[in-house]
Amino acid sequence: MSRNRFGRALVLAATASLVLGACSARTDDSGSEQPSQPPQDSAPAQAANAADPAGDGNATCDAGTKLAYAGTINGQNAALGQNILNGVKVAIKRHNDNNANCQVELQEFETEGQPDRAPGIVTQMVNTQEIIGVVGLPFSGESKAAGNIFNEAGLVQLTPSATNPGLSENGWTTFFRGLGNDNSQGPAAAEFITGDLGAQTVCVVRDDSEYGIGLANSITSSLADKATCQQEVKTRQTDFSAVVNSIKGANVDAIFYAGYYQEASPFAQQLSDAGVEAQFVGPDGVKDDEFVKGAGDAAEGVYFTCPCVPADQFTEFTNAYKAESNGRDPGTYSPEGYDLATILLKGIDSGAQDRAALLDFVKGYEGQGLTKNFKWDDKGELAASTVWTYKVESGKIVRNTEIKPD
Amino acid sequence: MSIHHDLSTLYLAQSDGWINFDVAGLVDQFWANTVDGLSQGSIYALVALGYTLVYGVLKLINFAHSEVFIYGAYATWFTFYGLGFRPGPTVELAVFELIGFLLLALVAAAAVSGTTALVLERVAYRPLRKRGAPRLVFLITAIGASFVLQQLIFIWRGGNPEQAIRLLRPEPVFEIFGVSVTNITITIVVASIVLFFVADTFVNRTRFGRGIRAVAQDPDTATLMGVNKERVIMLTFLIGGLLAGAAALFYMMKIPQGAAYQGGFLLGIKAFTAAVLGGIGNLRGALLGGLLLGLMENYGQSLFGGEWRDVVAFALLILILMFRPTGILGESLGKARV
Repeated sequence: MSRNRFGRALVLAATASLVLGACSARTDDSGSEQPSQPPQDSAPAQAANAADPAGDGNATCDAGTKLAYAGTINGQNAALGQNILNGVKVAIKRHNDNNANCQVELQEFETEGQPDRAPGIVTQMVNTQEIIGVVGLPFSGESKAAGNIFNEAGLVQLTPSATNPGLSENGWTTFFRGLGNDNSQGPAAAEFITGDLGAQTVCVVRDDSEYGIGLANSITSSLADKATCQQEVKTRQTDFSAVVNSIKGANVDAIFYAGYYQEASPFAQQLSDAGVEAQFVGPDGVKDDEFVKGAGDAAEGVYFTCPCVPADQFTEFTNAYKAESNGRDPGTYSPEGYDLATILLKGIDSGAQDRAALLDFVKGYEGQGLTKNFKWDDKGELAASTVWTYKVESGKIVRNTEIKPD
Repeated sequence: MSIHHDLSTLYLAQSDGWINFDVAGLVDQFWANTVDGLSQGSIYALVALGYTLVYGVLKLINFAHSEVFIYGAYATWFTFYGLGFRPGPTVELAVFELIGFLLLALVAAAAVSGTTALVLERVAYRPLRKRGAPRLVFLITAIGASFVLQQLIFIWRGGNPEQAIRLLRPEPVFEIFGVSVTNITITIVVASIVLFFVADTFVNRTRFGRGIRAVAQDPDTATLMGVNKERVIMLTFLIGGLLAGAAALFYMMKIPQGAAYQGGFLLGIKAFTAAVLGGIGNLRGALLGGLLLGLMENYGQSLFGGEWRDVVAFALLILILMFRPTGILGESLGKARV
């Protein structure tokens, strides 16, 4: 008897509270006017001399030659890793389809994107002797934790997305970065936010990752006195109410979030729900469809900065990518992953059969890829780098403008 | 190079004042933080009830309770998905539709969480109890079970959180001290407190509740007096699971991105902290501890900065345990009241 009464009471209580909540008045928020938009830049066309993994089709190499991808595949912020992995797969498939006598195998290693897991996985990888080159470690935190292991093993590591500036300062001879670092993204983002978006006051919010801290420092110093508020959040935080309230109190024109999409999605939504009208700007770590889906109503009109090149005109690549990823369009850093894998494949085709030879090849490499011209300095940094801005329009991420450094 | 130089000075500047006391911020955002802290605290409280009930009866800290909670969050998401809703902008629903859908999600989440709790008890704890395993073994099993439940979701759904589906957009209902209180906050706080009173009444006033209290106080005597101990234990896990399921729905209303395989972990630890804070084994303590923790977390973040969020919660716990080792209200489920 008492059980029945308990059950009924539970349902009643829940109904009552839901009615109370749902009956509230709906107020339509009037659409706030965006500052006038600069025209969209056209996406770069594919360079005629872009390196092609197919080569001349006559390459020969030892059977069992392996390249590897290491990074998040299903773990934290998995979409960012899958974008790269699929780009790498496109290059390898194209190479193997065209070179019957040189079949390179790709081995995948899952780090879950976590700095505490990466060293173990990377150790396992360097102990697999057949692996002579690696595309990977997409995130800065894991790259910092495991970079030395690559260095000691002499295994060349091309990162398609780790942008923390400090990574190239460790004296690692095996570290090569396939894009500009956050010392170029930070100032570019600052220029975009204060120039194109016309913000006079900016709140820089960062998470506690290596990447977030580095990027936040870089943009804060570029914004100088326009960075009127700074906030910190934690990885895997979901309730941002205190930070949202502080930002609401700070009354800024724009918010730059230095971190990844997993936290940015609920954060952007909670900001918008609280009535904060400041323009939300995220970096490369937020620029993914997962953010657009995750942030719901708040995603529309969000801007991103990214040292990545829009793939819109790389038709051949896009078609091959779709075949590899169940019809999904290339994402952030997919073309970069493809370019870097191509460089390693070129090395193998040119006769590099072991780690030392491939490392030497990459050191001396100079050539055009889909995204940019690749030539590394002693530290493993590229000379040329580009930063693009993107925008969410009608639920899709579209390219906006290229930020030209002064 | 000049950028590098700027950076290093910036690092230095930060390390000079690594704790900021933003008293003005605390005062300015006091009421906003209070309202938000209460809604987060209510969720902590509902989950904390599960920890406290099981501890009261078995003297077991059921670390896998955080996964019981997150299974409820997934059940909520799949209910919404099954009803035909897809990630994207919030849909407009008629009020009765909305209530119907949310109730359905409540039933689904409570059912899934309740079942998970029962299965957990059956598979992970009962065999050990039958063999008379020492208490420490239960603790290790609890942690192990927690990982297993977590990884099952990981294998099934991967590491990305489920993309947000939201049926109800937060809209301000009234203002208090210049802070607008949203429909979602009201729903969460009121429903949580009502559910707490239902649970409290159930344990203190009904025959089944008497059984729970009897086993908590003295399992052997209770068995001698005709209380079926195994059934009481199952009932305890079931109630904890049902409440966690309800908490999961409220959490998903507040944070639609909440269904992630590791999403229960930190929240579970916080809820456990809340239970200890109020006095573990004490239902009212769980409510008090949950609300207090939700509030203090928000005040602490305003005062010290966002990165101190978790530090504040655990520092508060240590501080209170130093002066009141059994928590604010003490243990009560296991103490006979004369």
